[in-house]
Amino acid sequence: MSNDILVITEHMDGKFSDVSFEMVGKAKELASALGGQAVAVVVGGGVSSNAFASDSTIHVDDASLANFNPEAYGKVIEALVKEKSPRLVMFGWTATGMDLAAWLSARLGVPCAAYVKNIGADLTMTCQAYGGKMSADVSSAGDMAIAACLAGSFPLEAGQGSTAATTMASPVSLDGLKTKFVEAIKPAGGDVDITSQVKLVSIGRGIGGKENVELAEELAGKLGATVSCSRPVVDAGWLPRTRQVGKSGLKVKPKLYLMLGISGAPEHLEGMKSAELIIAVNTDKKAPIFNVAHYGATNDLFEVAEAMLELL
Amino acid sequence: MAGPIKAKYVEKEHAVVDGVDISGHWNRMFEPRTIFEYTPELIEKVADIPGGESFANCYQCAKCIAVCPVDIVGNYGPRKLYRYAQTGMDLTEAPELWLCTTCKNCLRVCPKEVDMIQIMPAVREQAILTGKFVPPELQQAFENTAKTGNPLGQPQRKRDAWIQSAGVTIPIIKDVARPVDVLWYVGSYPSYHPRGIDAASAAARIFSALEIDFAILGKEEKDDADSQRLAGEKGLFEMMTEYNIETFNKYEWKELVVTGPHELNAFKNVYPKHGFERPVVHYTTFLARYLDRLKPLLKHRVEKKITYHDPCYLGRHNGEYEAPRKLLEAIPGVELVEMQRNRENGYCCGGGGGGMWMDSFTAKHTTMRLSEKRAMEAASTGANVLAVACPFEVSRFTDAVKSTGNEHVDVLDILELLDKSMRGE
Amino acid sequence: MNIVVAIKHIPSIADDLPVKGNNVDFDSVDFVLNEFDEQSIEQAVLVKEAVGGTVTVVGVDMIGELDGVLHLALAKGADKAVKITGDDPAADSHQQAKWLAEAIKGMSADIVFVGVQASNDLDGQIGPMIAAHLDMPYIGGVSSVEVTGETATVNKEFAGGVGAKYAVTLPMVVGVQASVKPPRYAPVSKVRQVAQTATIEKVAPSGDAGSGLTFKKMAPPVVTGHAEMIEGSSKEVAAKIVELLKSKGLV
Repeated sequence: MSNDILVITEHMDGKFSDVSFEMVGKAKELASALGGQAVAVVVGGGVSSNAFASDSTIHVDDASLANFNPEAYGKVIEALVKEKSPRLVMFGWTATGMDLAAWLSARLGVPCAAYVKNIGADLTMTCQAYGGKMSADVSSAGDMAIAACLAGSFPLEAGQGSTAATTMASPVSLDGLKTKFVEAIKPAGGDVDITSQVKLVSIGRGIGGKENVELAEELAGKLGATVSCSRPVVDAGWLPRTRQVGKSGLKVKPKLYLMLGISGAPEHLEGMKSAELIIAVNTDKKAPIFNVAHYGATNDLFEVAEAMLELL
Repeated sequence: MAGPIKAKYVEKEHAVVDGVDISGHWNRMFEPRTIFEYTPELIEKVADIPGGESFANCYQCAKCIAVCPVDIVGNYGPRKLYRYAQTGMDLTEAPELWLCTTCKNCLRVCPKEVDMIQIMPAVREQAILTGKFVPPELQQAFENTAKTGNPLGQPQRKRDAWIQSAGVTIPIIKDVARPVDVLWYVGSYPSYHPRGIDAASAAARIFSALEIDFAILGKEEKDDADSQRLAGEKGLFEMMTEYNIETFNKYEWKELVVTGPHELNAFKNVYPKHGFERPVVHYTTFLARYLDRLKPLLKHRVEKKITYHDPCYLGRHNGEYEAPRKLLEAIPGVELVEMQRNRENGYCCGGGGGGMWMDSFTAKHTTMRLSEKRAMEAASTGANVLAVACPFEVSRFTDAVKSTGNEHVDVLDILELLDKSMRGE
Repeated sequence: MNIVVAIKHIPSIADDLPVKGNNVDFDSVDFVLNEFDEQSIEQAVLVKEAVGGTVTVVGVDMIGELDGVLHLALAKGADKAVKITGDDPAADSHQQAKWLAEAIKGMSADIVFVGVQASNDLDGQIGPMIAAHLDMPYIGGVSSVEVTGETATVNKEFAGGVGAKYAVTLPMVVGVQASVKPPRYAPVSKVRQVAQTATIEKVAPSGDAGSGLTFKKMAPPVVTGHAEMIEGSSKEVAAKIVELLKSKGLV
C-alpha cells in the first residue's frame, strides 16, 4: 500500500492523447497532497516516453504490446498495479481506457468510478453520469481506487514535462494470448471531412427519424454548412459514421455549430466544445448542452428549422 | 416442396351395376375417383390456422377463377390455390401467399364460403410470425407505419402540411376546441402523396362550399393500418387502433367522414370489435346526401366522357355503388359510361390487402399489373376520364395509363371532378 | 454456438431524474433498455444467422418490468430469455455484472455480447467486469463481428473512423458500439405473440459484489456557464438566430 497515483497513459501513432497529460497533471497535485508519487505508465512501443511531468515514468515495452491489445495491456497493468499497490489508478474514459478500467476493478475487487470530471484532495470523485444530466460525488472504500477520467477535465499543461522514463520488459508473461491484433483500420474516405468545415448543422436523436434528416440537409444547404450528428443518429443508420462528432467520432472546431435535437452527453461535448459559436435548439430545457452552448432555445426544432428556411 | 402427385390410373376389368354387366373400356367412369393419393396435409396446414378454416371447404367448382382479378393476369384464385396445396404447395412459404388483394370477388360467388378475406391475413400473419419470406417492400411499409405513423415513411409532423395549399381554412379539431358535426379523417395518401393532396384539397373546398361544420385531426392523425392487417401485421393494426380510438374519443363530433374506403372498412367494420361504434361514412355517401345543395354549386360544365372504377372496399366490401355515380351524374356535361366489369363484379386495382406495397414483388408473378389491366379496360370504353374514389387508386392508375400508352385518359378522384365543376378549372 | 446477450434495464434519461437522498430516486423513474443493448442484440442475432446456434438474452430484472424488453428481444430473433430476479433498482454495475456472470457460467457461452456502455455506468460497464469474472478476453467499442470456427474477428473503433481489427480465440465478451446493420424491425404481431407464449426463465441472483462506492451527493451538474436563451415563438427564435448569424458574418 502506497500513496502513489498510477496514471495509465495512452498513445497512438507515436503521440500521447491529451487526456494522458491531463491525468498526469492532476495526479501530481493529488500525490503531493497525499505524500506519494505521480507515476506515469506507458505501455507499448513507438513513442517517446520522456514526455510527462510525472514524478516517475514506467515504460513497459514488448513485441506483444506494439498495438493496443486489451488482453495484453490488461495483464501488464494488473501486474504493475499489484506490485505498486497505489492509492489511485487513473485511466482515460476513452476507447482504450473503457476496456481496462472496469475489468481491472473486477479483477482486483477494487472500487471504480467512471465519467470522472474531478478528484478532490480526499479522493472524492465527481462523476458526470446519466448522459451528463447528473453529477455525483462518490468516495470509495478500501485502500485503492480506480478512476476513469473524462477527457478535458483537467489542465493539460501541468502534465507535460520531460521526466526520464524507466523502460522495462513486461512484468508478466504474454504467451498464449487469446487476443491477436490483426491490422489497423483507417478512416474510409469518400465523404466530406466534417473536421475541415467552417459551419456545421448537427443533428441528434431529437431529429426523430431518417425521414427528417432531409430538413437538416436543406437548412445546411441554405447556410452553406454541412450536416454532422451525434452518435445515436449514426447507430440508427440515418447518417454515415463519417458525420459523427464526439468521443467515438470526430473532433470538430467550426465557426458555427448549430445543434438540433442534441442533448449534449459528455461523449458528444468532447468532440465540439471548442466550436466558436454554439447554438443549441432542444426542447429539454435542462439538457446539458445549454451549459456549453453560447445560445440556446427550447422550441420545437422542426418549427425553428422550417422558419429559418423561410428567412434564408 | 413436394412435387405434384399423380393419381393412379384406375380401370375395372369387370363392372356390374344393378345386376347388369357393363364391362368395357369405359368402366373407369364408374370407379369413384377419390383423390386419396394426394396429401391433404398442406390443406390442413392452412385450415388449422385460426381464420384459415374455410380453405378446406373448397370443392373445386372454379366459380372463383372466373372472377379472380389476379387470375386474369396470372394463374390464381382460391380453387387453384387449393389445387396447388394438394399437389405440394405450402401456402405459408409460397409467393402465392402475397398475390391476393382481398378484393372479395371470389367470396361473392363461392357456394362454399371459402373466405380469402379471413384466410389470407391469417396465413400471412403465420408467415410473419414464423420468420418465413415476407416481401421486403411490404416489411418497409410495416416498419414505416410503426415508426412514422404512415406507410409512406413521411414525418408525422408534416401530416397536416398539405392544408396550406388548399386555399380554404381547414380547422384542426384540437384548435377549434368545441364539438363539430364532422370529423374528417383525411388518411395517409391524401395527406402526403402529391396526387392524394390534390383530392384532399378538393374535398376541403367542397366541404367549405357546403358550409359543413368539420375539422381534421391534423398532426394527431395516424394511419388506419387496415391494409397492413390484411397483409398479416395484425399486431401493428391493433397498436394503431388503440391509438386511433383514443384520439377519436378525445374530441366531440357527430360523424366520422373518411376519404378512403380502406379507412371506412377499418372504422366501420373492424373497430366495433375494439369497442368503437360511431357513425362512419365514406365521402361519396356523405356528399350524396347533400346533392340538392351541391348541384347549384356545380356551375361549370365538365365535358368529359367518364368511366368510374368501383373500389373493392367501397363496393363489394361495403355495398356503396350508387353514391359515386350520383355525384358524377350531377356534374353538368359529364357522360358516364360503364366498363364491362362494374359494381359487384368490378375489377381490382391491385392495391388492396397490402398489394399497394408489393408492386415489384407482384410484377415477378403476374403478366401485368392489375391496375394496367383496368386502365386498358377504362380506355376501351372510349372514356377520357377514369374516375376513382379511393386514395390508393389515383397514383396506381396514373402510372398504369402511362405504362399502357393511354395517357389520354385522365385519372381523377370524384372529389377533383366536383371541384373542377365548382371552380371551373 | 451458444450466443449470450447480457442486457441492462436502466433509468430513462428522457426526463429529469429525481433525487432521493444521495442517489437517484429509482422508485420514481421509468426504466428502459440501454440503447447500446439494441445494437448488441442485433449483432448477436446476425452472428446466429451467419453461423447458427442459439441466442440467450439475460438481464437483471430491476423493477419487475424486464419482460417487455425480453419479449422484444425474442421477437427480434433471440431464442431464450432469462431474467435474474434482482428486484433492486439500485443494483450497480458491479453487482449486476456479478449476477450476470454467475448466470452465464452455466450457459457454456461461446460468445457474450453486451452494449459497450450505459448511461448509468457510474462504476464502470458490465462488459469488462463480466469478462473478468468469467476469465474471458474482452474487447469493447466493437462495430462488426464475424465468427469462423473458434475465432471471432472483431473491429474495434477508437475515434473518427480509426480502429483496429482483432482475432480472438473464443469464448470472449464483446462490447458492442454498433451492430453491422441497424437494429431490425420486429413485427408488432410477433412481439404480441411472444408476450403471450414465451417462457422467461427466472434465476435467483447469486454472488455479492458491490462497487465499493459511497454516494455523497447526487444532483444536476453545477452550471458554470449557461447559454443565453432565446425566447419567443419558433418563428421569433428562427428570426433571432438568423439575425445573430448575419451579425457574425456567418450568412
